[in-house]
Amino acid sequence: MALRGNLRDFTVTQLLNLINLASKTGTLIVDGSSEQAYISFREGKLAYARIGKDDGSLASVLYKANKINVNQYKAIADRAGQMTDKELGLLLINAGYVSQDDILINLQGYFTDLIRKLFTWVEGVFRFENDILPPEDRINVRLDLENIIIEGSRQLRELEQLQDEIPSLDMALKFTERPLTNVNLSVDEWKVVKFVDPKNSMRQIAKTNKLTEIEVRRIVYGLLQAGLVELVRPNDAPVPTAATTNAKAFPTQDKEEQKSLINKLIGRIRKI
Amino acid sequence: MQTVKMVVTGPFSAGKTQFIQSVSEIDVVATERKISSAEEKSVKSATTVAMDFGRITVDDELVLYLFGTPGQKRFDFMWEILSEGMLGFIVLVDSTRPETFREARSILETFRAYAPTPFVVAANKQDMEDAWELEDMRHALRLDKSTKMLPCIATDKETVKSVLIELLTGVLENMDSNK
Repeated sequence: MALRGNLRDFTVTQLLNLINLASKTGTLIVDGSSEQAYISFREGKLAYARIGKDDGSLASVLYKANKINVNQYKAIADRAGQMTDKELGLLLINAGYVSQDDILINLQGYFTDLIRKLFTWVEGVFRFENDILPPEDRINVRLDLENIIIEGSRQLRELEQLQDEIPSLDMALKFTERPLTNVNLSVDEWKVVKFVDPKNSMRQIAKTNKLTEIEVRRIVYGLLQAGLVELVRPNDAPVPTAATTNAKAFPTQDKEEQKSLINKLIGRIRKI
Repeated sequence: MQTVKMVVTGPFSAGKTQFIQSVSEIDVVATERKISSAEEKSVKSATTVAMDFGRITVDDELVLYLFGTPGQKRFDFMWEILSEGMLGFIVLVDSTRPETFREARSILETFRAYAPTPFVVAANKQDMEDAWELEDMRHALRLDKSTKMLPCIATDKETVKSVLIELLTGVLENMDSNK
């Protein structure tokens, strides 16, 4: 019987724990709300990972890590179309562009980052395919899952706390009266601050800046705590006006009757 | 018969059921279940899983219903249903349990998002020695000065009445400002 289910019932942390304990070999396929993840394991150790349209090729990983420049990246894409990542890796090492350690460290970092991203998924269905092995044409790693699981659990707890503070990413941000001077912000914080406007929901800000849910929540939480921004309803969201709310709250639509009703209630409560 | 309703919300074990009980003319219809988590067990032995329901009859034609929300987050799907068509809401916070302030703030934001109706924050258990002062709670809950923050003792009918009257006064003020 294949291992399959829903992330609402079985979290990513629990799944990785199971794969680790059972020393499983195969591929975990997760259909998230907008992307699909392929995470391959060999004897309970992480071997390879890919999420969404990002091909996770060696060339793109090394380019993102600034180990090769844009021209080298383009040249590889043009000329090394049929070459496997293993062959490409050997070529780059022999040509002196990168070392073996560069390749392994960057691939491990890249795969770990993908797993971190996967930890933030709370919606989706998963299945574990014993027959789908790590892709032969890619360089596989052997990463112990224990540390990743511990980090994931920590991240999950943090996400839960951040979700308490910021229940919905559909809310927008606006600056408070406090002037934004003499404040030291990180690059990622500036990226968010740049888009602070009641027109932009936090979800839109995250998407524009390619930030995960937990990353944008963490940054917004810091800005909220510093009193620099406050949460507001986005401008284009359908706002239930006081008039429409009152329409449902009162049995009458006549303003004077509504006031009379409230005064009656106040009088009655005083007499209790 | 005309009916209106107000909602009493707040974190787990803030005193919502007792608050409604103090002014309701009927015994509060509460759906309570034994608590399963060890952490929650240490606070009280039963909790509201659906809603509390109290009633104040004004006359033959008008009745006020008070609805208490379940405090535990896993029942928050009930909140939106309960908030539908409310005159206003009360966020009840246990002044002696600062560990619940953050959750209270989150509940407040959630209800404000459901409907822009008037609300007040009631600091319960103000008679206890370890109760936080109102101004300290205001800062901890990040409430601005325009938000009504009132002292309350859910077992004391008079303070509960004051909270309800303040909320209704807020409803009147809101109606005047929306003219």
